[in-house]
Amino acid sequence: MTVTTKFSDFDNTIPRDQRKAAQGHHAEILRQTPFYAKMAALMNGGHWYDWGGYHAPDNFGDLELEYFAIRSTAALFDVSPMVKYRITGRDSEAYLNRLTLRDVRKQRPGRVVYTAWCNDQGHVLDDGTLFRLGANDFRLCCQERHLAWLQDSAVGFKVSIVKETDTVAGLALQGPVSAALLKDAGLDVDALRPFDLAEFALKGGAVTISRTGFTGDLGYELWVPRDLANTLWDLLWQQAESHRMRAIGYAALNQARVEAGFITANADFVTADLALREDRTRQPDEIGLGWMVASDKPYFTGKRAIETARTKGTLGHVLVGLEVDGNEPAEGAIVYHRQKREVGIVSAGVWSPTAKRNIAIASLVRPFGTTETDDLWVEIYALREGLYHKMMKRARVVERPFVRLARRTQTPPARN
Amino acid sequence: MSFDTIIIGAGHNGMTAAAVLAKSGRKVLVLEAGETVGGMAQTAEFASGFRASSVAHVLNRLDPAVIRALDLYRHGLATKADTAPTIAISQGQDPLILNGAYGEQTLGLDAANSARWQVLRQRLMFQSSLLKSFVNQVPIQPGAARFTQKWPAIKTALRLKLAGKDEMRQFMRMILMAVADVADEDITDDRLLGLLAFDATLGVHLGPRSPTSMLGLYYRLAGQAAGARGGQVIPVGGMGAVMQAFQSAAKAAGVVFRTGAKVTKITVENGRATGVVLTGGEAIAAREVVSAIHPATTFLDLVGPRELDAGLVRDIRTIRTKGNVSRINLALNVQPEFSGVAAHHMNARFVVAPSTDHVERAFNPSKYDEMSGAPCFEFTLPTAPDSAMAPDGGATLSIAVSNTPYGLKGGWKRGEKQLERSVLSQLEKLSPGIGKSVVGTEILTPPDIETRYNVPGGHWHHGEFQVDRLYGLRPIFGIAHYQAPIDGLFITGAGTHPGGGVSGSAGLNAARVVMEADK
Repeated sequence: MTVTTKFSDFDNTIPRDQRKAAQGHHAEILRQTPFYAKMAALMNGGHWYDWGGYHAPDNFGDLELEYFAIRSTAALFDVSPMVKYRITGRDSEAYLNRLTLRDVRKQRPGRVVYTAWCNDQGHVLDDGTLFRLGANDFRLCCQERHLAWLQDSAVGFKVSIVKETDTVAGLALQGPVSAALLKDAGLDVDALRPFDLAEFALKGGAVTISRTGFTGDLGYELWVPRDLANTLWDLLWQQAESHRMRAIGYAALNQARVEAGFITANADFVTADLALREDRTRQPDEIGLGWMVASDKPYFTGKRAIETARTKGTLGHVLVGLEVDGNEPAEGAIVYHRQKREVGIVSAGVWSPTAKRNIAIASLVRPFGTTETDDLWVEIYALREGLYHKMMKRARVVERPFVRLARRTQTPPARN
Repeated sequence: MSFDTIIIGAGHNGMTAAAVLAKSGRKVLVLEAGETVGGMAQTAEFASGFRASSVAHVLNRLDPAVIRALDLYRHGLATKADTAPTIAISQGQDPLILNGAYGEQTLGLDAANSARWQVLRQRLMFQSSLLKSFVNQVPIQPGAARFTQKWPAIKTALRLKLAGKDEMRQFMRMILMAVADVADEDITDDRLLGLLAFDATLGVHLGPRSPTSMLGLYYRLAGQAAGARGGQVIPVGGMGAVMQAFQSAAKAAGVVFRTGAKVTKITVENGRATGVVLTGGEAIAAREVVSAIHPATTFLDLVGPRELDAGLVRDIRTIRTKGNVSRINLALNVQPEFSGVAAHHMNARFVVAPSTDHVERAFNPSKYDEMSGAPCFEFTLPTAPDSAMAPDGGATLSIAVSNTPYGLKGGWKRGEKQLERSVLSQLEKLSPGIGKSVVGTEILTPPDIETRYNVPGGHWHHGEFQVDRLYGLRPIFGIAHYQAPIDGLFITGAGTHPGGGVSGSAGLNAARVVMEADK
């Protein structure tokens, strides 16, 4: 009789020491990105914050100028702290198809997709962008760290998973003149359609440019090995004055991303493996990502739970866009039905300078936000010189994005 | 011929589930990789004319509910089996004999120890009776429990409450203790201490001074044989005879058996099990698949990670399934004799574990994949109740040695010789001259058990039987109710609740779940 099952057969995927090392990687000290020195030279006021263990700018001293750089000229934002994993190997497509919600088989090399992944219960672990660099070569970018989960998911797949957060530097260049700026810098990205990526020559090596971003505007993300970071920065910065490019911090970016209707992990929803409370986790359908779920592809983690919740109608929450009366940002506000019943919370709220509207992203308890959308209110506490002004403002559920710009998708981009 | 239900593995749990499901009107096919049914409970010839039970060799927990459900007595299960005593023997000491159901009467204890043992025994029997009530229950799944499912657990809690404050406190105090600590409170006789230490830890990776090792003793006492809880029987004809009764019952219910049929794949389409594929590529379709083999094999090999959630795969891989019990069968050309053991006691289960320290020290090296030079072991004489198990005048000795680690340093090729030497030298001291009477030897180390019975790690419980892997956590949290997260796929076997040993409870529970799921 032949035997195929030996204990060693299913104990061989991840060396124990590797997995152990992976478990501690969230505890590293606050680091500097490759662009830290460049940014520090521009910083006015020391507005740094901690993004995933890295010094990152909240703003460089003038939030409004930074915001309008995004919408009117060009804005440069350091995305190096983004958590990045390189996934290669014979089974990488099948592996990522099992890991994530969307159908990776439909993603051609040279394309980027926005996707998300879940645990067994169908609760979202994170969202992020998946770059297909080659047939068996991917980069996964996200907010939180997942190396142990990625490795656990690799059982039964021939793949290699390498953490690239520290070794790959990234810059987001966003705004209406970004394509023109790049062209003047010698990087002709006119042919890139939204979510395309391509490699371009750079002194000393190459830069990977994707037409992606977090602003809802025309924009690109540029990726280089850490040692080419300064070369890339300097190349772009030479064009700063002529194109009115500014370095920006997260505060301006956040304003733009809310306008674009994008959600942020651990701001608009709690990622499942960081949630301390069992009822804080969310399925894709509860945070507006239900459209990602590719039910017609091979099995993926969380599929059964997601489909069960859909069939049984047990989804508890929904994420919606709100337009709020007045001009006071509603961030953190409680959402009420008929000014009485608490039905949710605003996770992000800004005054939109582009839409000239007071907009917000909110999580509501179903059926509010799905079938019950009338008579919703938010209670805003505005701190004015030591006193709260308490306002009950009417809120209407509206489609996201709040701001839709034709230039985001126009190919080739117009010359401004 | 088409089937409603496919059972993978003709161990006793698989056969129990098969028989019960066939009785419910299903057409059931049992697929067994080996050439014979019974799994790790079989009777086989290991030397010319000498037969012995293969891995399991003592019947002490065959579930009365299974006997009823399968009508096993009608199908050949011996109705009048003698309860075998347990005898602790060690060199230079008189044997200690526990008669009846785990020492209802004892021979060889002084008056003080005897009196204290009876008090302790009574308490252990009460406590294990509470745990026994969980054996025939499907573990409650959080969030999905109906009152009817919760009721048996509530009833058990009430029984504990009604037993009075003192018994309740004792139970809560003792249940997760180290067996050595509990025994030390009352008992001073090393032979009894060694016996309790051995019995609580046989088959699990714990020493008697390890916290929670009491559970092994409770589990033993929750079983019953010959009508007595804590009792045990050395079956006539070996375990194979018991398995024949199972198979006969299943066949009578219409179950079709195929041996030498190794399943290589459980086919899954759109989240639903649709059948199996055998070595050679033959595909067999069915509405339901019940896998009665090791859960790791079921999920990692047969279903495969790609049809499963990553967390489930991760958790399945955490099942600790490195076995540590080896079996040795000896063919003897004369009847062995043990000083102080009367001929009518030779049907006993003998335990060689002279003291708590002996058992603990035999365990210690196994933590580092090493083996003690003086391992503790139990043995039976299958020929005692049934002389036909050996040629005329001969005898067979069936030995289970604990703390013989699966991944032995230096390899088992060398380790096997060391094991044989250390066991035989101990036997020689207990029965001088026995070595010369050995005419045949069979040694089954954990890797041998793995290979011969397709059990990853060669673990006779299909995964450690410990507190973190019991009831709703067995084999892992989320699938302890015998239902895989794939429609139409069910699991049973020693790796599921309540665990290993020839009981059939897991098979019966799983069959109930299969029928319930179909409603």
